[in-house]
Amino acid sequence: MTSETLPELAIDLTPTLIISTALATRDFTPVHHDTALARAQGSKDVFLNILTTMGLVQRFVTDWAGPRAVVERIDVRLGVPAYAGDRLTFGGTVTSREGGRVTVRVRGRVSLGDHATGTVTLKEDGRC
Amino acid sequence: MTGTPTGTPTGTPTGTPTDTLHELAAKQAALGEVRGAPGPDPVNAPMIRHWLTAMGDANPLYLEQGLAPPAMAQVWTMDAPRDRSPVDDVLAALDAAGYTGVVATDCRQTYHRYARLGERLTPATRFTDLAGPKRTALGVGFFATWNVTWYDADDRPVTEMLFRVLKFRPPEVAQPYPLQPVVNQDTAFFWEGAKRGELRIQRCGDCGALRHPPGPMCPACRSTARTHAVATGRGTLYSYVVHHHPPVPGRETPFVVGVVELPEGVRIVGNVVDCPVEEVEVGMPLRVTFRPMDDRLVLPLWTPEEA
Repeated sequence: MTSETLPELAIDLTPTLIISTALATRDFTPVHHDTALARAQGSKDVFLNILTTMGLVQRFVTDWAGPRAVVERIDVRLGVPAYAGDRLTFGGTVTSREGGRVTVRVRGRVSLGDHATGTVTLKEDGRC
Repeated sequence: MTGTPTGTPTGTPTGTPTDTLHELAAKQAALGEVRGAPGPDPVNAPMIRHWLTAMGDANPLYLEQGLAPPAMAQVWTMDAPRDRSPVDDVLAALDAAGYTGVVATDCRQTYHRYARLGERLTPATRFTDLAGPKRTALGVGFFATWNVTWYDADDRPVTEMLFRVLKFRPPEVAQPYPLQPVVNQDTAFFWEGAKRGELRIQRCGDCGALRHPPGPMCPACRSTARTHAVATGRGTLYSYVVHHHPPVPGRETPFVVGVVELPEGVRIVGNVVDCPVEEVEVGMPLRVTFRPMDDRLVLPLWTPEEA
């Protein structure tokens, strides 16, 4: 066991980020790009789609692990919505490191609480 | 019926019974893996670049090596024509049973390898589990779980995903009761009492005489000092009318408006409920009942006293 901690990653959830990531993940559900419609459905604002949450978790870990790392698994438990105007802050801790395989415990927080918590497993120097 | 609380959140499932939902889930799970249409485009650099830019991901690996970011797995088939998957029938049945709310709870992806530029991926969906009904913070609901596997041209899995959603029955929003009493300094004690389940009668602070409806001055001694007593909640029907017309907002006609004589010596106006209109009669013994009409208002109403 090691208590290695990943550098924090704070992402300002601008409408541009919410909308451009939704479209880049080919998710055209209106609550991810249409503010008026999202509000009419009872949401505070447009919010991150799940494919983006997965992508940002991946980015958070590979930013730290570097381009030689190969991600094998991302397990995410989804929590509160990540609304436009909020800030998503990722923190992580290495929970195991065995034979080149690293497991990282990840937590992504917004002002309402945990948006995503889970684990990412990667090979430090793997073949894709 | 008059006096029935409106908009009370319902916690128990109705409509399609739980058994039917579980039977459908078992049937869909028995279908096993159902293939979908392949992604419309092969894994390609423009979509990868677009994705990396939007995510702010500066990892050079992907475009240098001709590989897709692993978390893009689902992206490659988002635009594929959607055939009906085994999941859709379960979600539709949950909608029909009133579990119309949806929130994703878990997403777990296993990457056997990174997808390569030029290859086309085909998804296959397997419904795995329906658990519930369960009481959650969002309401009563079912957890539906399914797995999607993306296969390459050689039918080898590239990515596997477990996805779980909570389908919940949204709590009904209580509509405000349209007939609200005017609450002022003279009457506030009465309505506060009703909220606590007390039938309060104004009492003169000097001579002790009870009076109803409440007012600023004692009709017996003209004192403005006042307090209140709590009535026993029993009474007899002194007089009544049955209201058929005109319609009254928040009420179903016919309903009974009664004058109830209390043993404490005052009379009070209130609806007689839980009793067929034709069985209401002058002199019948009544007992007060406190009914929440919405989030704010509790009305004292009158029901027949059990013999």
